[in-house]
Amino acid sequence: MQYMILIYGDEKNFALMASDPEAQRKMYEAFAGYNTELRGAGVLRAGGELKPTHSATTVRVRDGKIVTVDGPFAETKEQLGGYYIIDVPHLDDAVKWAARCPAAHGGSIEVRPIGVTPDTH
Amino acid sequence: MLTAVIDSICRSEGARVLAGLIRRFGDFDLAEDALQDAFTKAMEVWPLQGLPAVPAAWLTTVAQRRALDLIRRRATGPVYSDEPPDIAAPEATESGGSEPHPADVSGVDDDRLRLVFTCCHPAILQPAQVALALRTLCGLSTREIARAFVEPEATTAQRLVRVRRKIRDAGIPYEVPSREQLPERLQAVLGVVYLVFNEGYAATETPGLVRPDLCAEAIRLARLLVELMPQQPEATGLLALLLLHDARRATRVGSDGMLVPLEEQDRSRWNRPAIAEGLALLDAALALRQRGPYQLQAAIAALHAQAGRAEDTDWAQITALYGGLLRERPSAVVELNAAAALAMAGDTERALAWIARIASSGELADYHLLHAAQADLLRRLGRLGPACDAYRAALALVRNEAERRYLQRRLGECGG
Repeated sequence: MQYMILIYGDEKNFALMASDPEAQRKMYEAFAGYNTELRGAGVLRAGGELKPTHSATTVRVRDGKIVTVDGPFAETKEQLGGYYIIDVPHLDDAVKWAARCPAAHGGSIEVRPIGVTPDTH
Repeated sequence: MLTAVIDSICRSEGARVLAGLIRRFGDFDLAEDALQDAFTKAMEVWPLQGLPAVPAAWLTTVAQRRALDLIRRRATGPVYSDEPPDIAAPEATESGGSEPHPADVSGVDDDRLRLVFTCCHPAILQPAQVALALRTLCGLSTREIARAFVEPEATTAQRLVRVRRKIRDAGIPYEVPSREQLPERLQAVLGVVYLVFNEGYAATETPGLVRPDLCAEAIRLARLLVELMPQQPEATGLLALLLLHDARRATRVGSDGMLVPLEEQDRSRWNRPAIAEGLALLDAALALRQRGPYQLQAAIAALHAQAGRAEDTDWAQITALYGGLLRERPSAVVELNAAAALAMAGDTERALAWIARIASSGELADYHLLHAAQADLLRRLGRLGPACDAYRAALALVRNEAERRYLQRRLGECGG
């Protein structure tokens, strides 16, 4: 089964790290290690770090009109900062991987199963 | 009535058959649907053909065929032509004839264990865990579960639909947890069983309200857990605790519908065989030398059960056991109970101060028993004015009729 690992965290903490190269290095090392583990286990299908929400644009179509708004879809305490797509037999395995994500310590990791559509087998 | 007999058989065999179906087909929903259809068929066929010699085998055979049929109908891909043809109803020879797959029989205990842990998976909200456990393990109907939790039947039905959907969509595994996870997951399972028991234990005996005996169901579940995991002392401890509590249930509410406190209960009406069994189980659990919160609570209950009269209760020992419980499972409620025991052991002033500290932390502000405990201690010390205030505070929060009447009585005794 495919699961999306959605990484939520407080961007303010992330921004603080910009002035702390040592903390930055540690974090990237942790993620590099995590990515290696995912690949080594053969479960990684995709993944990426998202640029902060100030770079986001939200698009809606209402009454036939395209409405474009600066920013994320909603203001939230924690923001979506990255994702992984993994392929594992069941939820418990997905949860184990989510718990090993370095961002799980300060942030929240949502584990969402990916539904099967006709094109994705 | 034959219907009642068939219903009872389906209930007692249901969990076993369901567990095997889930293992076979790996689909909770499908297994439930197939089993439901097998029950319906049993209701139609058994009155005509007689009860099968091995009901579980009959139900398994029919349910498996039904499941294969359902898979065929749901499949969007090619039809699996090598599956056995669907037979509308089994012949009378099915009763002993068609043997279930060997793995169905040998793996039965593991299957039921898997079912228990699946019901109590952390990805499921606890109320849904309870509803699912009552349904799949105890075979209660939606209506019975709804009545037990005093909610509309539609709400319970929705709850069950949602949880089965969650299991399917999220891919919750049908598995016994790994060794590292087992202790924590087991505590969750025991917690669910305890919750079920408490619902039955603390509920009022309201005349005219028909409801299943939740205490009996909880004890049945606890027995199943002990049967499946005999080396887990906490499972045995829980069963001991439930039996010891249940032994007193008949004396808990008076004929006037008022709660009878422990010290006023008629001990001659306590269920002595249940107490004996509970004590034996506690000994067995303690012999495994792995203390835990349920064993501790059972030990406390045992001391109450063994006291011939209320004044013979070994409160000092109970207080010591609460100390142990606080170390294992610190919580405001346990602290409250420990303080109450301390008061009974003789140190009422210290106990009152302790309860005052709990109260000032704000933690149990809406818990009627906090105020009731305060009121009780103040009453014993002769401080009737403050006792009345505390009884009134408890009355403002109490929801159970039997308890409300008891508090009202005490308030009256204090001149309030």
